[in-house]
Amino acid sequence: MSFERFYVHNGQAWALAQVPVLDEVSFRREILESCAAAGRLVSLFAHGPKDKNICIYAVVGMDHEGRLSVFSMQVPAGKTGFESLTPVLPQAHLFEREIAEQSGLQPQGHPWPKPVRRHQNYSFYQIHSEEVHEVAVGPVHAGIIEPGHFRFQCHGEEVLNLEIQLGYQHRGIEKMMEEISLERAVLVAESVAGDTVIGHTSAFCSNIEALSDTQVPLQAEMIRAMALELERLANHVGDLGALSTDIGFLPVSAYYGRLRGEFLNLSMELCGSRFGRSLCRPGGVLFSLDEGMIDDFRRRLLKAKKDFTDVAELFFSTPSVLSRLESTGRISRQAVEQLGLVGLTARACGHERDVRTDYASGMFRFHHIPVSTASSGDVYARALVRRLEAQRSIEFLLEALQQIPSGELLNKPSRLKPDSMALSMAEGWRGEIAHVAITDSQSRICRYKIKDPSFNNWMALSLAVRGGQISDFPLCNKSFNLSYAGHDL
Amino acid sequence: MLPIFSHILFVLALSPLLLGVIGKTKAFFAGRWGPPLLQPWYDIAKLFRKGVVYSTTTSWVFKLTPVVVMATALASCIFVPWGSIAPPVYFWGDALLFIYLYGLMRFFLIIGALDTGSSFEGMGASREAAFSCLSEIVLFMDFILLVMVSKSLVLCNMLNTGFFSSWLSMGPVLVLVAVSFFLVMLVENSRIPIDDPNTHLELTMIHEVMVLDHSGYDLGLILWGSYIKLFVLGSVLVSLFVPAHLSPLTGVTFFLCGMGVLGITIGVVESVMARLRLNRVPHLLIGAFVLATLGFIVILLKGA
Repeated sequence: MSFERFYVHNGQAWALAQVPVLDEVSFRREILESCAAAGRLVSLFAHGPKDKNICIYAVVGMDHEGRLSVFSMQVPAGKTGFESLTPVLPQAHLFEREIAEQSGLQPQGHPWPKPVRRHQNYSFYQIHSEEVHEVAVGPVHAGIIEPGHFRFQCHGEEVLNLEIQLGYQHRGIEKMMEEISLERAVLVAESVAGDTVIGHTSAFCSNIEALSDTQVPLQAEMIRAMALELERLANHVGDLGALSTDIGFLPVSAYYGRLRGEFLNLSMELCGSRFGRSLCRPGGVLFSLDEGMIDDFRRRLLKAKKDFTDVAELFFSTPSVLSRLESTGRISRQAVEQLGLVGLTARACGHERDVRTDYASGMFRFHHIPVSTASSGDVYARALVRRLEAQRSIEFLLEALQQIPSGELLNKPSRLKPDSMALSMAEGWRGEIAHVAITDSQSRICRYKIKDPSFNNWMALSLAVRGGQISDFPLCNKSFNLSYAGHDL
Repeated sequence: MLPIFSHILFVLALSPLLLGVIGKTKAFFAGRWGPPLLQPWYDIAKLFRKGVVYSTTTSWVFKLTPVVVMATALASCIFVPWGSIAPPVYFWGDALLFIYLYGLMRFFLIIGALDTGSSFEGMGASREAAFSCLSEIVLFMDFILLVMVSKSLVLCNMLNTGFFSSWLSMGPVLVLVAVSFFLVMLVENSRIPIDDPNTHLELTMIHEVMVLDHSGYDLGLILWGSYIKLFVLGSVLVSLFVPAHLSPLTGVTFFLCGMGVLGITIGVVESVMARLRLNRVPHLLIGAFVLATLGFIVILLKGA
């Protein structure tokens, strides 16, 4: 290798010129080599400014070193494709399909060049046989959930293959980010996925802060971390409740549902929105807690902690529940590595992948939350990781309540630096959120790339139900609880 | 004719109430108030005020299904006693007719579901057919035991075991019959742990998915028919425990209390356990069959 690797940290900005530009062969080799050496594709996207050639950027994360390597490849004018990485590096499959859709560059040799979001007249994978039947579910579902289409090939009750078709929620968020003012952009960031408001907004804010050299006040860092954990708590508890609803264990589901409300109400007290809207703004936060509220928070958290411990104990010790969860929807450790799965899906297979630890930023540089893992990779493991993480988030919140720093809440960000690039990651409750921003010579954002953990993990759902019972699909689906909006953008 | 009508009116009026009791019990365990006791009634009233939508792929079979379901449910109820009120119709062998009326109901539900051509309903129909094969055997086994105990093939005589006489000599057998019959009743009526009547997840349903395409009063008929089925099968179970030779009023009171207890029991079972994995359901039915067989062996050894 004849170039010097360029490493960055989570929440850092750098001049665009610093990013090494490689030719196609060495770009490809660099990705393969670093992924072979315990690296993982965090982001891979194309950027095509109007008057220049298309450039493909790759961000490879070295989870154990806490470093991110950034490099790029200039696609020569007139070239319409590049050699696909997917046959040797399966985790690139969706990134490459996205590049093909967004920039028109075709990954040559891609085994499954299916559109990601805009699909017309796509013919699904089919098994032609007298004995195999096809079941089509969605995009309109029976419950009040987001739209997505699922196509099963079944032999009796056994699922042979599941193909997932998304894109019904595509709102053009990445494009919108390039065209609107920063004041509006933060509102759009809040709407990337309605249940991960804090996760996405804090990643967005951190990018803007890095690009404008804004120092975030300590108090704001703390409030953001607390809000992120509150969001995690509400969603994890809600998901455990949804799992119990799906297996027909109603008393526990009602109890979890009430507890989820408790955590949402704490968010409401903090910022006036149960889902954490209008809390994070570039440069800091808009709200904080005063003395009286801190006491109130502590009292309510202690109560919720006791309730959660009780109900989780009941849920995880009921034999009929365990028999339903265990060995349902199993994914292997190997699949996690090959597909680059993130978040609690990866942790439920024994991978210690957690942005809060691996790429700690903000308050998580000072407060370490232990990484929770399970080993079996089934629905039970995913439920267990949720339980452990919820407990640890409550512990963190109780500790943080005693240590909220005083001082400023918001430092107004100045003008963005021109021709720069920034990368911010956050561990949303589903997993790794990665935002990349690039500015042009007029300091405007000219490319904003968002990667929700659902983008990595939808494929895991397909794998989890393969070979399983079709009647277990809703349970598997709920155990991942992936975002349609976050994937579709 | 009058006794038949009053018998039918009785079941039409009271069967939704049993569902109300189950709902209230489950709500109690979930720490909620739950829907009103009369909610199943309101549901039926609502459905009967609505129009029906038919898919263009369906034929007369689909339209006939709700009528057959209601008719077989009502026909089955005239063979069972309500406490000390004897059934208006009985004859030698009516127990077989009783079982096969439900067979007819199921047959029409299944072909009605297949008639829609939907993959969901096809799956539901195949599950229903598979599980009913097993549950029918258990139902027969239970009835055989009752025939051996009562030496009669008339349903009301089989059930009218005379609490103190038969239970003293045949207690263990009747307990086994009651338990296995309870399990069959849960399977036949698609209750937790076999099926979840409250779920909205089509892929996991058995009974509910077969009636997805029915709407309006058609759905009302099917719903009401399934309420009646639960009530009638429940009354078979409760009748085993009603002492013989009670005055009409005490007999009926005893019976109604029994039905209340049954509703609460079903509610408790549904609250304290999660639903079984679908491929475990046959295990439950085999368990029920083993219990009934055990009763059979006891009778053979004891000599009824």
